[in-house]
Amino acid sequence: MSSDWPLWEVFVRAKRGVSHVHAGTVHAPDAELAMQSARDLFTRRAEGVSLWVVRSSDITASDPDDRASMFDPALDKTFRHPTDFVLPDEVANM
Amino acid sequence: MDTLLTYTLRQGDRALVLAQRLLEQVTHAPEIEEDMALANLALDLIGQARALYTYAGEVEGEGHDEDHFAYWRDQHDFLNPLLVEQPNGDFAHVIVRQFLHDAFALPYWQAMTRSSDATFAALAGKSEKETAYHLRHSRAWVVRLGDGTEQSHTRAQVAVDELWRYTGELFEHDHVEEELVAADIAADPAVLAGEWRSVVESTLAEATLACPSEVVMQRGGRLGQHTEGFSYLLGELQVVARAHPGATW
Repeated sequence: MSSDWPLWEVFVRAKRGVSHVHAGTVHAPDAELAMQSARDLFTRRAEGVSLWVVRSSDITASDPDDRASMFDPALDKTFRHPTDFVLPDEVANM
Repeated sequence: MDTLLTYTLRQGDRALVLAQRLLEQVTHAPEIEEDMALANLALDLIGQARALYTYAGEVEGEGHDEDHFAYWRDQHDFLNPLLVEQPNGDFAHVIVRQFLHDAFALPYWQAMTRSSDATFAALAGKSEKETAYHLRHSRAWVVRLGDGTEQSHTRAQVAVDELWRYTGELFEHDHVEEELVAADIAADPAVLAGEWRSVVESTLAEATLACPSEVVMQRGGRLGQHTEGFSYLLGELQVVARAHPGATW
């Protein structure tokens, strides 16, 4: 029976103001029980204030074989980084 | 025995004995996620039992700590309702037992937040939140099993039919409850029974399960008279503490 339960991706928001971060996966028969399992497994030590669960099959992932064409072209385009800006002295923490 | 002590032990034993049954079930749930869920319920219940036993020790005033009440009393000293000691059957049986209990425990703790006993009121504030989640979980499963496949429906109905006879005892009251209800310490069992019934009936209806009627209710647990499997439960619960008295780790 266990192999019948689909996989769900769990996202936890640690506190107000920050984004949900992927925490792991659970098996569950539906969204409500996926939410309950996520609560039991990923927030039992007060790790979060909000949870998302998403069916893993609903996520479109990039193909590792496409890595060269997807990500390598970004490597030599340093002008996309703000490295050439001079920071004013007044800006302390950047 | 002092009425407040008896009352406190009845509640503590209810929590501890149900926790022990749930822990027996860990590794037998349909998925490891559900093992975790059941263990989490059990840990909440153990936390409640610990607080209640500690308070029982204060009320009794003989220097007994929580471990004394859990490990060093005998079968007839345990005052839990028979429902929570019923042995684990299949998953539907475990879930239905939990649901019938949780549907009692949530209105119970909600009412106890208004107890004139400060310790009970404080404990109720914490337990109410835990129990709301327990009921949410067990209720969700009852609906899925009852309104699931033909097999899950049949098993859930068998569990309801089998366990129903132990539900009347949850609302029993003798001089202990009556005295403490009059002092605004204890929740009124008659009010709880009404709240229990409305949650149970609506849930069973949603789960397409039939509500048994005209069942002869079993009783005795709250007086220390237990069903057959209880001595085995207690043996397993107490064996380590009794084999190594005073051990610490």
